[in-house]
Amino acid sequence: MTDLLELTAAAAGRAVATGDLARSEVWEAYRARAAADELNAFTWVAGADDAPPAPAAGAPLGGIPVAVKDLFCTRGVPSQAGSRIIEGYRPPYTATAVQRLADAGAPLLGKTNQDEFAMGSSNENSAYGPVLNPWDRTRVPGGSSGGSAAAVAAGLAPWAIGTDTGGSVRQPAALCGIVGLKPTYGSVSRYGMIAFASSLDQAGTLTRDVTDAALLYRHMTGRDPRDATSLEHPEPPGLPTAERLDGIRLGVPEELSGEGIEPGVRETFRQTIALAEGLGASVDTCRLPHAPHALSAYYLIAPAEASSNLARFDGVRYGLRAEGSGTLEDLYGATRAAGFGAEVKRRIMLGTYALSSGYYDAYYGRAQRVRTRIAEDFRAAFAQFDFVVTPTSPSVAFALGARTEDPLAMYLSDLCTVPMPLAGIPAISIPNGLSEGLPTGFQIAGPAFSEGRMLDAAFALEQAIGFDGSPARA
Amino acid sequence: MIDRDDVLHVARLARLNLDDGEVDRMTRDLGDVLEHIERISELDLEGVEPTTHVVEVSGALRPDEPTPSLTREEALAGAPEAGADGFVVPSPGA
Repeated sequence: MTDLLELTAAAAGRAVATGDLARSEVWEAYRARAAADELNAFTWVAGADDAPPAPAAGAPLGGIPVAVKDLFCTRGVPSQAGSRIIEGYRPPYTATAVQRLADAGAPLLGKTNQDEFAMGSSNENSAYGPVLNPWDRTRVPGGSSGGSAAAVAAGLAPWAIGTDTGGSVRQPAALCGIVGLKPTYGSVSRYGMIAFASSLDQAGTLTRDVTDAALLYRHMTGRDPRDATSLEHPEPPGLPTAERLDGIRLGVPEELSGEGIEPGVRETFRQTIALAEGLGASVDTCRLPHAPHALSAYYLIAPAEASSNLARFDGVRYGLRAEGSGTLEDLYGATRAAGFGAEVKRRIMLGTYALSSGYYDAYYGRAQRVRTRIAEDFRAAFAQFDFVVTPTSPSVAFALGARTEDPLAMYLSDLCTVPMPLAGIPAISIPNGLSEGLPTGFQIAGPAFSEGRMLDAAFALEQAIGFDGSPARA
Repeated sequence: MIDRDDVLHVARLARLNLDDGEVDRMTRDLGDVLEHIERISELDLEGVEPTTHVVEVSGALRPDEPTPSLTREEALAGAPEAGADGFVVPSPGA
């Protein structure tokens, strides 16, 4: 009898293909584990009677079910994006990314908890309560895709998808000891993702290992006529095989690897740099001179776009309605007051302020110019290096409640993950050993559409690091 | 620096009712965040083009052909209040 829980999703798929494992056994085992979730990772789990139909013959994902962040619309299934304002909302259509995975043989296992509208770095901004970190239940799992990360780390789901706007796939992956891939902007359709910041939002994968990330991403990517910003991937990645890093040049940006990073995180990062050199990589310091301003640009651009995107939640077409004093304008104001949580209100206010008459040029306009500089910094770095590498999160998972009273301290959690989406480039976080008994992450960023090479490099490092994620599944 | 009157003005623009306690908290929180963010005013950005899109896209337009869409019933199904023909709201003139 195979111990199903010890198999990666790709390995379980192979076992199903060879007949060593029944597809229904995989479904039942994970459905039961997800239904018994003690981490508050799920907001909805498929019922015992919801067993999916057999996938088409040769479906490449083998019937291995996937957990999906709640902000992906799923037809007839609650899709609440962590918000009270659309509590109970059941969309009439399914997001392209979710549909593609289902078509490839990865049916929907459940919907995962998240920070409200993906705004947060700890999952404490969910209207449905915080998710607990499976390594230490007194700590946060990271965010905003915290439910997806915790579910995969704890073995409640074989694999999961989430979205990354400023680090919302990579940071929770790092804090939960799993792999998080944020692909090139546009390489996965945003159709059916409840929007936070449209120029930054990108669907990504949360998986136990790099091979699972490659397999899942391969079946999400591609042009979608329903998303005009989506693109065909010029080289959809295959499964990674690299054992060495000979000839690979890694740049370590001094702006994102020193000040502001916890000593224990710096130490695991240093150890992995040494491993990379042992595998044949050359490592040198590089500069991203505008990276220290990335957080400022991000916390103007993302709230500005959010304030516009979230205008649709007004008590008219779906979700909550509060009547207020009876006028139409007060219906809007009262509905939004009752339906949005504190952080979402803060971002809407910040974004509306940054876009308002008299401030637009000083804030939003300047931020978009800083964004140009950040993209130029990366281009210059990639002229000399194959990849830029950093710690993923400046700290290990912090205690629940530790940063909820200080928005700025929470925003600083995104120090190392925010520059990449501003430049539209892909990045991956892989488990990088423990500090104080808690997982740390190693981040690899590459040029647009370099996912294939990036996954190969991540795979070689993953084998060398030999991280053991099993304590989180106990 | 942002003050209470600014917060009330922006809340009105955002169609977001805030109670007195929230206005106080918002004034303080936004002040803290803006103080950090304003560091970008130190940068020399003369002649730098603002980013409009991060990855080059060409030929983004699809053929203009009618395809099936949601039915009226499906589109109205999630509404807090709907009539036979559409969403129901208080009269804007009321």
